[in-house]
Amino acid sequence: MAINVKLPRPFRRMTQGQTEIVLEGQTIRELLDDLEEKHPGIQAKIFSENNELRRFINVYVNNEDIRFLNGLQTAVKETDKISIISAIAGG
Amino acid sequence: MAIRKESFDNWAARYDRHIRLDEIGEAGQICLNESKVLVIGTGGLGSPVALYLAAAGVGTIGLVDHDRVDLSNLQRQVLHSTQDIGRPKVDSAAEKLQKLNPDLMIQKYKDYLNKENALEIISKYDIVVDGSDNFPTRFLLNDACYMLKKPLVFGAVLEFQGQVTIFTQEEDSACYRCLFPEAPDPALAPTCAQAGVLGVLTGIIGSVQASEAIKSILKIEEKGFGRHLKNRIWNFNALTSTAEVLPIHKDPDCPLCSREKVSLDEFNYDHFCEYSV
Repeated sequence: MAINVKLPRPFRRMTQGQTEIVLEGQTIRELLDDLEEKHPGIQAKIFSENNELRRFINVYVNNEDIRFLNGLQTAVKETDKISIISAIAGG
Repeated sequence: MAIRKESFDNWAARYDRHIRLDEIGEAGQICLNESKVLVIGTGGLGSPVALYLAAAGVGTIGLVDHDRVDLSNLQRQVLHSTQDIGRPKVDSAAEKLQKLNPDLMIQKYKDYLNKENALEIISKYDIVVDGSDNFPTRFLLNDACYMLKKPLVFGAVLEFQGQVTIFTQEEDSACYRCLFPEAPDPALAPTCAQAGVLGVLTGIIGSVQASEAIKSILKIEEKGFGRHLKNRIWNFNALTSTAEVLPIHKDPDCPLCSREKVSLDEFNYDHFCEYSV
């Protein structure tokens, strides 16, 4: 299933400038695996040694944080709105 | 209450457009005049925050900034002018704010916020607005404000993106560590000095922060007049002119706000320093 995902702008340094990308998968985990396929090396930046999403990144499905859904196993469908936000500190 | 140099008529004229609002009125304006707000940073975010709070009649504003005005600041830091280059930012800022509102009391802190001074400085204020530019200060501010139960209005910018929320420190309020418990890899979170920032974006985000601070002082939500951004983050994209409001959940395992007694000494702020400007 192909789903449009909005990426945090700082990710574009690792996604050849893309801030919106179509990813394949049935779960958030599968979408992020597909992101790694398309842009190798990105998971090393956003996943911990325990293979968990690092905590400066929040993923939302239809405006709900996946940590309060089913985590990386949260199921997704084509019509879902998926947002990823990253901590920023500029002022 | 702040001592007013102006007569009542002048006071009523200065704040007329506030006083006309049912949600503010004379009583609300007096609340603003009696309030004390600490603004961390007098840069891109701190400039609009301090300007709008001064204009709104906040009685006392504390300004924390160790830095001096640089030519590269002037694209967005609207408190400072070309003639201020080289001056301490708090001096330049205080001068402009005092001209805008002569009744304003200003306290200047020409210093970094650190473990040693944070609690003492913050304890003197009712509410804190974060216009800092690095992760260590943001975590320190969060922790100190939680310990002192002082509402903290968070705002951050990078490139074309900005975020705002408020940590009210109420029992059900999330904190910054609930939202982002760790700082990003530098590759994914460059500073504005490295990656750039749209100047006007700091005006947008800082203005929303000032609005949240004013709403908090006026207890707009408690009075049923509206909502603030408690447990919600406003995420704005200036490139697409789109914004989303996303939930922030209080983390039951938060190393800070899940506990009643904490100390700044329990946390290491130095290890973030590689990410600071």
